[in-house]
Amino acid sequence: MHDSLLQLDGVSLSFGGIKAASNISLHVDKGEIISLIGPNGAGKTTVFNILTGIYKPDEGAITFKGERIEGLSPQAIVNKGIARTFQNIRLFRDMRVIENVLVGMHCKTRYNFLESTLRTPAFTQEEDKNVAEALLLLEILGLDHRKDAYAGDLPYGDQRKTEIARAIATGAELILLDEPAAGMNPNETEELLQCIRQIRDMGYTILLIEHDMRVVMNISDRIYVLDDGKMIAEGLPAEVAHNPQVVEAYLGGELDVKN
Amino acid sequence: MTAKNQNALDSLKKYAATPIFTYIALAIAFALLIAVPFMGLDSYVMNILVKVSIYVTMALGLNILVGFTGLVSLGQAGFVAVGAYTTTILTTMYGWNYFLALPVCILFSVLVGILIGLPSLRLTGTYLSIITLGFGEIVRTIIIVWEPMTRGPLGIRGIPKPSLFGVQFTMANAGLYFLSIVLMLLVTLFTHLLIRSKTGRAFRAIKGDEMAAMMMGINVTYYKVLAFVLAAVISALAGSLYSTQLGYIDQNTFTFDMSTMILSIVILGGMGTIRGMFIGSAILVILPEVSRSLMDYRFVIYGLILILMMRFRPQGLLGWKSRRPYPISPKALALKEEAASKEGWSTHA
Repeated sequence: MHDSLLQLDGVSLSFGGIKAASNISLHVDKGEIISLIGPNGAGKTTVFNILTGIYKPDEGAITFKGERIEGLSPQAIVNKGIARTFQNIRLFRDMRVIENVLVGMHCKTRYNFLESTLRTPAFTQEEDKNVAEALLLLEILGLDHRKDAYAGDLPYGDQRKTEIARAIATGAELILLDEPAAGMNPNETEELLQCIRQIRDMGYTILLIEHDMRVVMNISDRIYVLDDGKMIAEGLPAEVAHNPQVVEAYLGGELDVKN
Repeated sequence: MTAKNQNALDSLKKYAATPIFTYIALAIAFALLIAVPFMGLDSYVMNILVKVSIYVTMALGLNILVGFTGLVSLGQAGFVAVGAYTTTILTTMYGWNYFLALPVCILFSVLVGILIGLPSLRLTGTYLSIITLGFGEIVRTIIIVWEPMTRGPLGIRGIPKPSLFGVQFTMANAGLYFLSIVLMLLVTLFTHLLIRSKTGRAFRAIKGDEMAAMMMGINVTYYKVLAFVLAAVISALAGSLYSTQLGYIDQNTFTFDMSTMILSIVILGGMGTIRGMFIGSAILVILPEVSRSLMDYRFVIYGLILILMMRFRPQGLLGWKSRRPYPISPKALALKEEAASKEGWSTHA
């Protein structure tokens, strides 16, 4: 068996009688861009919520870098190296862009609150290092001119990017993107995909959720298709696109009610 | 307005946004604070000024909870009472020196802060406010029934003024004034530094979006309790000083009115700002005094001001967001340039 960065084996979760996720298995290798697609309500975000510790799976195993992580708290999972963005952007709106990124660095900042109020050399050194890293990250993502803006005042596309920057800042190796292209026009989407490739080239591994299959066709190394809480297909983008079950899930009775 | 005037106004605004302007303004304010006792003001005015500065301190404490972390406490007077009674009991009944009693006061308020902070983990919004409201009343009840310690409804009289090496800090020699100013400035500095650190960012992140904060690896439990503890300690210190100014305390010194007063200062001045606590306290402490001639009608005016505030300027008088660039040290900038010049990128050190 080969060593994946992330591996899910038979993960299931139900809410009362509803099977939100049943027997889901997938694996993500280092440096890949993997997409998890499926119609609305297929259980994509549920998978993310299980991965990030918001929900505890009823059964199954989640292995990240050779360690079992299912059932850990969200904080512990961030520290292990998995960070995420949200479908409906959840930035700290009253904080500046650079402050949002610095919040992302929280878990790897070591000084305590007394050191920060005494401005010890350890504090200053660490803070300078973090600010430098945040500035560089913003520059790479093309947000350096926005660093002093309040996150809530940013245009939509930049908010998405800031959220990605914040996730990267945690020091995570695996970045989970929950419908990053939602609500974007084709130009913005293209720019975002460019940004995602760039992040992969920086050495990160990406697992992204997308509702619209066309968006992820060109960018994904592999695609998993989820429908009604079950994994119905996996493979290369071209294979998946022609899989009869996938076509059925998407065309058979799908109502595009994306807002 | 002519173009020339507009230009002049713009350059004035630009000038006002520079740090130098802030330093000059701070220096003037500081000089004024020191000069006040030498202006020959009568003791009535001095008493009000001390009260203003003590309320600034209390508001700074509550601001950590309400303004930065987004936890609304309606029982701040409870923390003030804990501080006041701890030092007063130690100084009057056991003859401790005021300054020796302070560490005990801090320790005790830390414990109470943790005790009240813990329920905050499960409750949010209105429910949490009700818990803190209950806490304030419980403290009052304890004061009434725990007669051997608190002397119950009789109150504690003749609270000595703080003294250090034989020097008494009284109203007459302005010692108490300086003591209250020192406490206020120390707490101001503490808050200022705290907010510009990982801790302050964690507080603000929790206020902004608790779930997102959790997903950034912030231990929300720890930081909520920490916010309560800091608010408790700061209020308790202010309370212990307040008791020496009053010279007499009983359960009616620390009523719900006091809690609403502190909360009103935070809201009027501007939640989540430090500058706002000063203006809020100055207005709300001085206003009832200057409008004494209006008798009970002044509370109508007082209420009206708060309603108008909520309607037209909910962010508070000085509640604007800073438009200055985020301060970046030259060292950080140099580090960034150095890292940028290297090939590649890595956050996994």
